Amino acid sequence: MRIALFVTCLADTLFPGVGQSTVRLLERLGHRVEFPEAQTCCGQMHINTGYASEALPLVRHYVELFEPYEVIVAPSGSCVGSVRHQYAMVARRCGDEKLAQRAERVAARTYELSQLLVDVLGVEDVGAYYPHRVTYHPTCHSLRLLRVGERPLQLLRNVAGIDLVELPDAEVCCGFGGTFALKNADVSTAMLADKMRNVVDSGAQVCTAGDSSCLMHIGGGLSRLRAGVKTVHLAEILASTREAG
Amino acid sequence: MTTFLGMPTAPRGVGHLRQVEPFPVAARRGLANTQMRRNLTKATGIIRAKRAAIVGEVPDWEQLREAGRAIKTETMAHLDHYLEQLETNVTAHGGVVHWARDANEANRIIVDLVCGTGAAQVVKVKSMVTDEIGLNEALARAGVQAYETDLAELIVQLGHDRPSHILVPAIHRNRAEIREIFLREMGDADPGLSDDPAALAEASRAHLRRLFLSARVGISGANFAVADTGALGVVESEGNGRMCLTLPETLITVMGIEKVVPSWRDLGVFMQLLPRSSTGERMNPYTSIWTGVTPGDGPQQFHLVLLDNGRTAVLADETGRQTLHCIRCSACLNVCPVYERVGGHAYGSVYPGPIGAILSPQLTGIEDNASLPYASSLCGACYDVCPVKIDIPSVLVHLRARHVEAAREGRRLPRGEAVTMAAASWVMASRGRFTAAQRAAKLGRAVGRRGQIRRLPPPFAGWTEARDMPVPAAMTFREWWRREHRPEDGARG
Repeated sequence: MRIALFVTCLADTLFPGVGQSTVRLLERLGHRVEFPEAQTCCGQMHINTGYASEALPLVRHYVELFEPYEVIVAPSGSCVGSVRHQYAMVARRCGDEKLAQRAERVAARTYELSQLLVDVLGVEDVGAYYPHRVTYHPTCHSLRLLRVGERPLQLLRNVAGIDLVELPDAEVCCGFGGTFALKNADVSTAMLADKMRNVVDSGAQVCTAGDSSCLMHIGGGLSRLRAGVKTVHLAEILASTREAG
Repeated sequence: MTTFLGMPTAPRGVGHLRQVEPFPVAARRGLANTQMRRNLTKATGIIRAKRAAIVGEVPDWEQLREAGRAIKTETMAHLDHYLEQLETNVTAHGGVVHWARDANEANRIIVDLVCGTGAAQVVKVKSMVTDEIGLNEALARAGVQAYETDLAELIVQLGHDRPSHILVPAIHRNRAEIREIFLREMGDADPGLSDDPAALAEASRAHLRRLFLSARVGISGANFAVADTGALGVVESEGNGRMCLTLPETLITVMGIEKVVPSWRDLGVFMQLLPRSSTGERMNPYTSIWTGVTPGDGPQQFHLVLLDNGRTAVLADETGRQTLHCIRCSACLNVCPVYERVGGHAYGSVYPGPIGAILSPQLTGIEDNASLPYASSLCGACYDVCPVKIDIPSVLVHLRARHVEAAREGRRLPRGEAVTMAAASWVMASRGRFTAAQRAAKLGRAVGRRGQIRRLPPPFAGWTEARDMPVPAAMTFREWWRREHRPEDGARG
């Protein structure tokens, strides 16, 4: 299958390994990945901070760029959540009904990685090998906006060598929330503190999730505390094999 | 806000809907109150678990939520019709209906009614709306003492405190604190009072009983009003509300205009949704329903005050109007990770938590509660539990956009933020500018230590107070892609 990758601005700039892993994984499963190089950012930060008119050019850019593709994947629950649940709303708010309808059609073909693997490609065992103790943070937008449900865990349970341990209060937000972490830094930090305590209590060596932004938040806190627990994106675990870890 | 011209919001200088300080400032005080955080974590944890279990028993819960949403949507679309029908039926059953445009009008109507009876004191059923309009203060100015009879409201009133939860106004207090308040303020409390919950309840029972038996005027809110019969209903747990609703000669009920439902049949939906969502019970202990006046039984004078106080302005907003569907169950508070950590007082309004973050700014106009729409990480837990499916995260985002639009018109946008957002939009809309920005970002690698940046300048300083920030990658993803997948172009970079 021909799959267009929307790598997200965050992964492109700060976590290129997440994009590389997504490509390696999909190619290993026999698919052809295309990377439309004009892509930039989904505009979620603008939308969620109230800057709808500033988000509009980014919405239009995404829609025009990805319109030719039948299947689009992004390794981020919140970016896909924005495309799927906010794009048409932003276009309508700015009075562009035609763009809203185009956005709805492209959004229906845009998938978060675990959704693409399980629902579109029909695979739960991707043949990965990852011999570490791992806990999974579901991330709010994957969980409640996209309803990815058990899909990431189904994929993780099939990874050879993995020791998957439960994260206490897993479904509680880590406190990131985009500009929330800046506008309400104290509350965000209090939420992060509880999330980190649960990650450490889980006994895991690695905390994984389907969203680099939440992982950047949790990982940034764990790094500051020298907790030793690493954050690794779901794509990176699924891309790991006995040959190349 | 040009769309909403002519729709008055709740007036300033009266009631309890406005922040006195921005949410992030008030929140810091809540975060530092470790006793309150312990109480809240314990209490909301218990209610969350009870709710989840009791909702899990209902196989058609999702259909019930959908029915609740549909009834409310239909009601809001024809609110004028249902309110007039309610007025006709309440009047036909011997009640008197008053229309109050805002808090000041409502307070004036109620103070006049109470003073007309010659009573110097009134007993009150727990009610959000009378707190919204500051009725107790208005009565006090007229020389009338209002006594709260709900146990938690009594604790708040005796403690000269503010409620911090919709359902459990004293949730921020534990039993040791309650014992101290009773001993200090009640006047008739036994000096040997223990902090055993049963002993505390008994002390309040003895204290309140005398009030119930002597009060000539009762004041209540309403959980619902039935348009096609004129019936009003109050749902409660203690029975103290029942006392206030039945013993006095005069009953005055204040109700926001959104509380009307079309018919009796609709109560079948809400009486299932409300107790399960709010206290995690299949059914609440006391449901009082009355229709006008019944000769020889209960209050012989009944007044219904219908309050707008900004609600019509909420109704005028296509996205925001679903906020009026709220049945005040407080399920959204109990699941909110922000509320659990900061407590209700940080929201500055009688309506705290996620629902307060969307209701208060709409009632007052966003400029008077400008930080509330941002008091959420948009995690969506509130939407999942809302019994009438209010999409709180989407309304929050909508209100942020309305705030930015209004501030832009009034040239009141925070400059740094507006410039950053405009610049980011300009950069991100073009591949060339974006890749140039990525190259510039790599300069950040120089300030990192072992791949992490420990301190960033404003507006990102809040991040690095508690978190490291990874340095930009030496090779961006797109540079890797070119090298791996388009080697013929890679040389040109």
